[in-house]
Amino acid sequence: MIKDSEKELEKKFQEKIDRGESIEPKDWMPERYRKQLIRMMGQHAHSEIVGMLPEGNWITRAPSLKRKAVLLAKVQDEAGHGLYIYSGTETLGISRDEMNSELLSGKAKYSSIFNYPTLSWADMGAIGWLVDGAAIINQTALAKCSYGPYARAMVRICKEENFHHKQGYEILATLMKGTEEQREMAQDAVNRFWWPSMMMFGPSDKNSPNSEELMRWKVKRFSNDELRQRFVDRTVPQAENIGIKIPDPALKWNEETRHYDFGEINWEEFYNVISGKGICNKERLQARNEAHDKGAWVREAALAYAKKQASQEFAA
Amino acid sequence: MNNEWPLWEVFTQKKSGLPFEHAGSLHAPDKEMALQNARDVYSRRNEATCIWVVETKNIVSSTPEDVGSFFEPSNDKIYRHPNFYKTPGAAFE
Ligand SMILES: [Fe+2]
Ligand SMILES: [Fe+2]
Repeated sequence: MIKDSEKELEKKFQEKIDRGESIEPKDWMPERYRKQLIRMMGQHAHSEIVGMLPEGNWITRAPSLKRKAVLLAKVQDEAGHGLYIYSGTETLGISRDEMNSELLSGKAKYSSIFNYPTLSWADMGAIGWLVDGAAIINQTALAKCSYGPYARAMVRICKEENFHHKQGYEILATLMKGTEEQREMAQDAVNRFWWPSMMMFGPSDKNSPNSEELMRWKVKRFSNDELRQRFVDRTVPQAENIGIKIPDPALKWNEETRHYDFGEINWEEFYNVISGKGICNKERLQARNEAHDKGAWVREAALAYAKKQASQEFAA
Repeated sequence: MNNEWPLWEVFTQKKSGLPFEHAGSLHAPDKEMALQNARDVYSRRNEATCIWVVETKNIVSSTPEDVGSFFEPSNDKIYRHPNFYKTPGAAFE
């Protein structure tokens, strides 16, 4: 058999993607495709894991047993999301240990949204509604991504996100029917989380250097700005429905485009938080490192036990 | 580090009578914990009524490179399909 040249392989690879077929772990793929996916999927998995921290902050102080059970279940789902995506990423040839140490050392990035603090119970509402709402839009698009294991993980995740989204909205809706103070609390949470949620879609298209390539490879199916617009269009009527105001004076329905116009994002803040200067960057990494260090003896003990069992099984 | 727990593949069956489907993978030190983790990771909402776990290193897979020659033998046996046969006038559906 004559081996195809790199160019020939790359051509076949692109044709396969153009036909709408999936790329599976053992298929040939350009090194750059592999690298980009490892980066994207790794960041995504880390975001799920770090994302448990701001919400974990309120589990012990949830206002009722029902809300506590719901929040626990949601946070557990996020752990699951992290695990689905980590194992998907491992199929590309990076080990779990490697990804883990990249997160713990601060080398790997995760979504900037999780570097904002959760100051009140209403933040649990704002996060579920806005942050998970934005995540659903991103992830629904990724469920059609060309890399099979990533797409499959997204399908699984999307099924669970609707619960996250709705429970958050319900928290805010309940607060908005409460006292003056409760309504203020809800509005304050949305004021703080609106813009960071808008930033979750990444830099605007004109400043998104990887986008063209990722679109050609069908890793990305829609541009950052398209997805952001979709989020705004979907979210504004939900806000109006419960009397929440979106903190953007430029927000306005545009009869011509049939979309909402909105104000400019503070990109300086976005790049600051990404580069580690957000309010909670340090705290989040510290919490992850602490959990990892404190869990070390459990991991070692479980492995030692498994080895002992295996050697006894062998002897018997 | 480098004391990573082994990797396992998880297969779940939605309902008895249905085939098992690959759900994903996970790390676990032994088979008991692999099964428990599989339940927590891949069946938090009754997605499974039965779970298989198998260490990834024990899975044997065909490879994309030999996909042509490996599956070739079935290509020229069109007589294995019912539409190969002419059955004038008779009702078979
Ligand atoms: Fe998630
Ligand atoms: Fe979520």
